[in-house]
Amino acid sequence: MTQQEWPLWEVFIRSKQGLDHKHVGSLHAADATMAIQNARDVYTRRLEGVSIWVVESTHVHASNPDDAAAFYEPANDKIYRHPTFYQVPDSIKHM
Amino acid sequence: METLELTQEEQFQARIDADVRIEPKDWMPEAYRKTLIRQISQHAHSELVGMLPEGNWITRAPSLKRKSILLAKVQDEAGHGLYLYSAAETLGTTRDQMLADLHSGKAKYSSIFNYPTLSWADMGCVGWLVDGAAILNQVPLCRTSYGPYARAMVRVCKEESFHQRQGFEIMQTLCEGAPEQKAMAQEALNRWWWPTLMMFGPADADSPNTEQSMKWRIKRFTNDELRQKFVDMMVPQAEFLGLTVPDEKVQWNEARQAYDFGEVNWEEFWNVVKGNGLCNQERLQARVDAWEEGAWVREAALAHAAKRAGRELAKSAA
Repeated sequence: MTQQEWPLWEVFIRSKQGLDHKHVGSLHAADATMAIQNARDVYTRRLEGVSIWVVESTHVHASNPDDAAAFYEPANDKIYRHPTFYQVPDSIKHM
Repeated sequence: METLELTQEEQFQARIDADVRIEPKDWMPEAYRKTLIRQISQHAHSELVGMLPEGNWITRAPSLKRKSILLAKVQDEAGHGLYLYSAAETLGTTRDQMLADLHSGKAKYSSIFNYPTLSWADMGCVGWLVDGAAILNQVPLCRTSYGPYARAMVRVCKEESFHQRQGFEIMQTLCEGAPEQKAMAQEALNRWWWPTLMMFGPADADSPNTEQSMKWRIKRFTNDELRQKFVDMMVPQAEFLGLTVPDEKVQWNEARQAYDFGEVNWEEFWNVVKGNGLCNQERLQARVDAWEEGAWVREAALAHAAKRAGRELAKSAA
């Protein structure tokens, strides 16, 4: 197999105006234009989207699952960041 | 102080037991990765090869409506193949490698597609029975332990129920038609019933991988459990159509609250798996031809992309 594979692209779809683009999957395409056309065929056959983003997969940088503890645990003990941490007297309205 | 230190593998199993999904960059046992690559790519190949028996009838569909539906369905199968190949690629294999394994005969696909589609009623049976069986297999896979596989399956399942319904509608239309049409429906059912039961794989006693796959929650039900469910689902539907499933042993068992049914012809099953089915060679040849005859398109698209990228670069340099 000497021939080069088409690059891999990650596909993001906005399902309707007002919502954000969401990752739906990936596909191979020679370039961005083809990636968008293929994404239309593969991921929006049933009106799933009104807008498509494609990003070449090699350009996606991800956090490392092994770092999850160090990365996310500091948020664990900061419950004062949540509104439920505070007691509001029953007589106080609109808060 | 005694420390309870879990090995990586025990930690992995603990996450599975807690129904935490495994994602591509997470640590996983090599055997888990290999099993998934094998299963997902086989599944993808089945979608791809599955286009062939139905593609066979697109030009001969009896009406424009049926032709449009069949085209949409076959296009869906291509899409399902793509979702699944993408999921497998997150495990570190490549699309080219998977296709090479399919074309060399190393990788398997569902044996059901090695049976020929001889009459229009076969399009009914493929949708109603084959997709019905596929749905039973696929719905539990929406909760399979590997995230990308589960997400692909959610997408597949959403689209699959249209496939089954259009197949049932074809059968119903034939069964309500002329006696010749009804006979055609019965004849197709006679040919597809047993191969469909084989789709669930070997009997549990002969399925050595099932136990590990259940433990890893790749599989959620055993082959025999799903086969039983299928029979229980389909016998009443065949009765509704006024058709008879070709198995004299089919009988409602009040005590089990399930249908008893006859033994699958396992010799035929293994024979088709080994490559000696009616259409094994033809199907594989069609795939290889499509791949080889499409090589110039893949090359041209890359050359075109490189040329355009070069132009963009020149423009921004100017």
